[in-house]
Amino acid sequence: MTVRHAFWPVALAALVALATAAIALGAVPLAVGDVWGALFGRGDPLAVAIVRTLRLPRVTLAALVGAGLGMSGAALQGVLRNGLAEPYLLGVSGGAAVGAAVAVSLGVSSALGVPLAAFAGAGLAVALVLLVARAARAHADPRTLLVAGVVVGAFANAAIMVALANAPPNTVRNALWWMMGSAADADWSRVRWLALFVAAGGLGLLWAAREIDALSLGEDPAAGLGVDVDRAARRVYALASLLAAATVAAAGLIGFVGLVVPHIVRAAGHRGHRALVGGSAITGAALVVAADLAARALRPPAELPLGAVTALVGVPFFLAQLRRGP
Amino acid sequence: MIRFEGVVVRYPRRDRPAVDGVTLDAAPASVTAVAGPNGSGKSTLVRALIGRVPLAAGRVLVGGEDARAVGRLALARRVAVVTQREEPAFPLEVGEYIAMGRFPHRAGWGGAGAADRRAVAFAAERAGVAELMSRQTDELSGGEWQRVRIARALAQEAGALVLDEPTTFLDVAHEMAVFELLDALARDGMTILLVSHQLNLVARFATTIVLLHRGRVAASGAPADVMRGETLESVYEWPLVVTRDPAVGAPALVPLRGRGGRRS
Repeated sequence: MTVRHAFWPVALAALVALATAAIALGAVPLAVGDVWGALFGRGDPLAVAIVRTLRLPRVTLAALVGAGLGMSGAALQGVLRNGLAEPYLLGVSGGAAVGAAVAVSLGVSSALGVPLAAFAGAGLAVALVLLVARAARAHADPRTLLVAGVVVGAFANAAIMVALANAPPNTVRNALWWMMGSAADADWSRVRWLALFVAAGGLGLLWAAREIDALSLGEDPAAGLGVDVDRAARRVYALASLLAAATVAAAGLIGFVGLVVPHIVRAAGHRGHRALVGGSAITGAALVVAADLAARALRPPAELPLGAVTALVGVPFFLAQLRRGP
Repeated sequence: MIRFEGVVVRYPRRDRPAVDGVTLDAAPASVTAVAGPNGSGKSTLVRALIGRVPLAAGRVLVGGEDARAVGRLALARRVAVVTQREEPAFPLEVGEYIAMGRFPHRAGWGGAGAADRRAVAFAAERAGVAELMSRQTDELSGGEWQRVRIARALAQEAGALVLDEPTTFLDVAHEMAVFELLDALARDGMTILLVSHQLNLVARFATTIVLLHRGRVAASGAPADVMRGETLESVYEWPLVVTRDPAVGAPALVPLRGRGGRRS
């Protein structure tokens, strides 16, 4: 009981502390007091400019990406009854990246066009993975689903390469960024539309949380409780894909966040999906802010791809989970 | 209370219907058991009730109304179902698990109210699992688990309880405990409809047995009328005799060792 209640203040405090550290650290280090002053426009104008136009949008973008991926993973794990499910491993993020890459190669550059194209790609990917898994009777072994997802993800990578084979070098460089994940291109306009998608998808999942609770008992038991199983599951897949697609359009392919985060929240005693989705938003935000800080700070002045940092943390976790059995 | 009326269910790519014109009634304050060999269509009836398989013909009535017309949530407030192998994907506290039975009673954003907490506490008490409330579901024994599932269904506060093979993996003592509980619930006035292949146990507890064979009703009525040697032999396709349970006088099936029987 005590762990369960302590989770919320601890997770929020961790998020605030990591965000403050991420804003303070960089090529021009700032004192924590200056960070808080600069946030409100007080103090050294240079510090204010660095904080408000460079670091704050980046940290906010990273936090939103983490929140989106965490909520997406929590919902997918519940509906699929599979502790290894998450948007990246299910190929959903890969599909989103294909959608975004195709849109960019066709010259789409509007703020909403790219995320919507990514959503279309993510939707196709999740439908494909579920079809393949159903045909292969994935309920017999939930790992089948993961195999289908990883293979669809590999196909997506190949499709991006093909789509961009004749694209101008600048586009190719951007595409590579996507496939490895980065919050470096953050600006306020990107933060604004990502916030819109994350808020919409997150509220939708919080609304659907009790249906996810029921679905996590299995399809027949959920039907017995009065859930319209097929429709409810489709709704959750759509919302989880929307969240994943928005993060991909904003910051590229970032794996394993959606895998790790729900397990942390469950370990803190929260099993109902309303708490699980909400807790995964905060924990995911903290995790990606920390990962982005590590990406900048580990090998300065070079920047590591954000997706590489999360994979370094996530893969050992995945293997440990796989060993315990899904 | 629950009535199947000429129900036909076909699965794709099967030559014969899984359920082929079944009519049966489950009345209040009684235990109605659907029995039969594997593949006779028992579980399909339960899936038809909760709308998981489309009906090719016939209808399912609940309290005289077509179950499809009642609406899913309203149906779940009238009939609680315990399907086979119901288990959360990730372990829950038993109290949280039983509270899942409140799903059809709660609105979208609302938390658990006083009525929900009362229903959960009452259900746990009735199923004899009140002392397990703070345990984790993955720490329960088979017998405890099954009573917790029944408590979850009782928390739905429905007038009817439908169970699919409630005692499959249980030893004798826990099997008996589950059937005694179902018997007591029927005495309280509930409609109990259960699917089971444990014919001898069912013969002792059920008011009515409906014996299914290849999707059709082979016999139905009081246990003594259904438990006849020639009926059971043709349904189970195995030589057997029906004797009387020495202690309580209920009919009991004893399969014989292969004297000319078809071995599978």
